[in-house]
Amino acid sequence: MTDQEIVEQINISIAKEFELDQDTLTPETTLFEDMGLDSLDIVDLVIVLEAAFSFKIREEEAIRKIQTLGDIHTFVINKKREQENKA
Amino acid sequence: MNRVAITGYGIISCLGNTVEAVGHSLKMGESGIIFDEVRQGLGFRSPLTGAICGFDERALLTKKQCKTMPDFAVQAHTAAVDALQMSRLSPEEIENEETGLIFGCDSSCIAAIEQVDLLREKGETKQIGSGHVFRSMTSCVTMNLNTLLKTRGACWTISSACSSGGHAVGQAADLIAFGRQERVICGGAQEINWQSMCSFDALSAFSTRLDDPKRASRPFDAARDGLVPSGGAAALVLERYDLAVARGATIFGEVKGYAFSSDGSHISVPSQNGLQRAMRKAISLAGIKPADIDYVCAHATSTPAGDAAEANNISAVFGPATPPVSSLKSMTGHELWMSGASQVVYSAIMAQQGFIAPNINFTEPDEFSAKLNIAAERIDRAPEHILCNSAGFGGTNSCLLLRFS
Repeated sequence: MTDQEIVEQINISIAKEFELDQDTLTPETTLFEDMGLDSLDIVDLVIVLEAAFSFKIREEEAIRKIQTLGDIHTFVINKKREQENKA
Repeated sequence: MNRVAITGYGIISCLGNTVEAVGHSLKMGESGIIFDEVRQGLGFRSPLTGAICGFDERALLTKKQCKTMPDFAVQAHTAAVDALQMSRLSPEEIENEETGLIFGCDSSCIAAIEQVDLLREKGETKQIGSGHVFRSMTSCVTMNLNTLLKTRGACWTISSACSSGGHAVGQAADLIAFGRQERVICGGAQEINWQSMCSFDALSAFSTRLDDPKRASRPFDAARDGLVPSGGAAALVLERYDLAVARGATIFGEVKGYAFSSDGSHISVPSQNGLQRAMRKAISLAGIKPADIDYVCAHATSTPAGDAAEANNISAVFGPATPPVSSLKSMTGHELWMSGASQVVYSAIMAQQGFIAPNINFTEPDEFSAKLNIAAERIDRAPEHILCNSAGFGGTNSCLLLRFS
């Protein structure tokens, strides 16, 4: 997957899970204020990302630092690249 | 003691999803019972059940809001919203410490099963997601409604088996009567899925009149052979009477008396005097006599032992001349945790529309019900004083005395 494809897949998955308008999602969109998510939603966000990209998220610390959609894009792209390098 | 007014009600039941639809079914004596082929395939002794049809879970709520709610909690929300709309209370008038929530509910089976299945399938608790912990609690109705309606007073669920809804309405009325709350949104909710009913089916307590589902539930009839499980949600808005008058609300009726008792006896067989102690207290609290009562909305579920015990209890209170008695479970089946509250909603609908609904499928009395004035046909007269009985496993009894005018 290219970086752009990963970003699109993330936006599609998140928009579907949390019933958001995909057109309003930008890298600067904040999870809590702009998207209206809460700590419970983050639990489900992890499940959504794991299902969409076939990896396991075990970096609890890294997840807690995520503030914006752009942070998610970066996190997932890095995970995918790590996965590819291992393969 | 404050007077307690009924200023709104709503219901989702196998008789319909609006007050109007339910009123029509009650008036016409229509049954909401179906034959569920899934239960038959699973090995149920009785595949009969009430069924909620055409209810849109997402009509009022988002996916995120539904995540923490099983279907019966969503139905309770819709019933509560309908009741609030009828009461014409604005959101601002309920978003305060003087407005409470009390519902009756005694199980939330599906979420408990799903979370275990997910863990076994996925191998880690994380995959269960965030909603199940909330969905699986019996207090899921009040915890979710409190969040959605933003009330800030009482917020809890009463679990007392099949009298849960009756005690919930009763305690709500008490909180207002004692000055602890100005208004309480109350009711009962009952899941209708097969998963929650399989162990009950194991008791051989359900009707096996499979060739004629709509005639299977026949409370007080000599040929009754068991109950039919059912469910949904019922909600009422109760208010301090003087405050309801002051804001110009339409007052549909009053909760004049709420009494409770317990049998202290068998876990599943009702006693010969438990319910009558609650009935006598409720009548006494209302300051009236048994002869003043126009209608008894019976608990009778269509089981041989339960109906006989209730018939004896009613006879003991009223003597040889009982008021008209009917069990609406002849149409709805047994709405279990919800039933004590739904009886109040059904009573309000009947009083408002000027009739007493029939105890359908009553063709021949047994030696106990022969002593009662069973309303086998609709009575086209608005009842003023109504006594609502409900009773649950363990011998817990609730009795509500309602007055409509």
